[in-house]
Amino acid sequence: MKNSILHIKNLKKAYYTLKKETLAVNNFSMELHSGEFIAVVGPSGCGKSTILSILCGLEDKTEGEIFYHDQKIGYMLQTDALFDWLTILDNCLLGLKIKKELTEEKREYVLSLLRKYGLSDFINSYPNHLSGGMRQRVALIRTLATKPDILLMDEPFSALDYQSRLAISDDVFKILKEEKKSLIMVTHDIAEAISMCDKVIVLSERPCTVKKVFDISLTNKSNPIENRKAKEFADYYEKIWKEIDYEQRT
Amino acid sequence: MSKEHKQYLHKVTKRKIIIHTLQFSLLGFLLILWQVAADNGIINAFISSSPSRVLKTILSLHNQGTLYHHIWVTAYETIISFTIGTLIGLVIATLLWWFDILAKILDPYLTVLNSLPKVALGPIILIWCGANMSSIILMAMLVSVIVAILNVYQGFCTVDQQKLKLMKSFGANKWQICFYLIFPGSLKNIISTLKLNISMCLIGVIMGEFLVSKEGIGYLIMYGSQVFNLNLVISGVVLLAILATFFYTIVSIIEKKCISNNN
Repeated sequence: MKNSILHIKNLKKAYYTLKKETLAVNNFSMELHSGEFIAVVGPSGCGKSTILSILCGLEDKTEGEIFYHDQKIGYMLQTDALFDWLTILDNCLLGLKIKKELTEEKREYVLSLLRKYGLSDFINSYPNHLSGGMRQRVALIRTLATKPDILLMDEPFSALDYQSRLAISDDVFKILKEEKKSLIMVTHDIAEAISMCDKVIVLSERPCTVKKVFDISLTNKSNPIENRKAKEFADYYEKIWKEIDYEQRT
Repeated sequence: MSKEHKQYLHKVTKRKIIIHTLQFSLLGFLLILWQVAADNGIINAFISSSPSRVLKTILSLHNQGTLYHHIWVTAYETIISFTIGTLIGLVIATLLWWFDILAKILDPYLTVLNSLPKVALGPIILIWCGANMSSIILMAMLVSVIVAILNVYQGFCTVDQQKLKLMKSFGANKWQICFYLIFPGSLKNIISTLKLNISMCLIGVIMGEFLVSKEGIGYLIMYGSQVFNLNLVISGVVLLAILATFFYTIVSIIEKKCISNNN
């Protein structure tokens, strides 16, 4: 078995308001192995995104333990959040500049990524000249620029239309596999979860905890668009959907 | 270029020409109407003046050599108060953004100061600073600075939350968030505040000149009304309109320069 690179144990997160304490995450545990893609799905508003925010240090955990094993984290948001006033290259270099890690070598690396993933003509353009899918690719390269080992994605394609969504999830999948990254993705799109990931974690209603874990094994597993044609696909879809839906009805 | 495209362009140009022609004709028509009405005694030229009298007044000010002095004084006061007011506005707005507890503490004060008609402070300023240019500049600054603070601060606070989250996920500190995101992200808002501020300053300057009454276009208008010389009053208003348009145009040019580089 591959080695574990991220280990979360009994994570708990509570929010406080004047009137009450809301438990968002309770007893959440998971393990991520090198090169593995994991999707986290669950009813909307159950606290999926909170887990990612805690993992990348945007929010503090209330209780529990996270073992990073010296892995660097990269975070990708719901929207591309590109800065309109910076060129594509400068957008991609943003993380490096903030971390004060910008070297000629890393700049070359970013340029090579831009060229490799079909953006060489747009290096000096501004974001509003790009299509939604291209912007998403730029956002991914911006995240990859800091050379993270694990990527966290929070519904990364939800701002796109269905067609671009399929295409870009295929793109992102290929890029991440090629760059040998691991992925934890939060999504509400079950099909996206099954087609992209090796494992799907289903969460319960708030406070969310792990309800069920599905190991996805498809025949002739390849890229996400092809994976949707696998004969087990519909079966997984049905099972996961029921798992989420059951909670909502009670 | 296709025939249809040519037709389309032709249509657009034609529309533009019509609009411009009508704009100028409207002005010409009103001026002629005013002149004819004054010449034929339909309106009293003594209290309503006329275009030819205004022109004559401006020419005589030019001949006396005082015209440019008055314009320059008003322009100078506006530029100084605009620069100081805008800078102070930016600095205070940044402080409010930086220390959000400060924003909460000062909120009621800013609201009150914003709704207070600043002209009411005129007499106090006059007593404190004396009847001179510093009174006028202070007046204009007071008129513009509160609006500037509120507008710019508002802009800082409405920066895209996702972008803020992105900066934090890279581990950015407050300085970095400020210089990489808040300032460049609010550029459009800052420039629209400049536009507002330049007219606010002009209001303040004229109010100040009314009170101080020594020199400047505001003084011309005030003096004209006191000696019942309506020609002078209206000439002053015309000069002011020209000056205001001039300032506005400059800010618009700056706006185009700043915004065009990322579109």
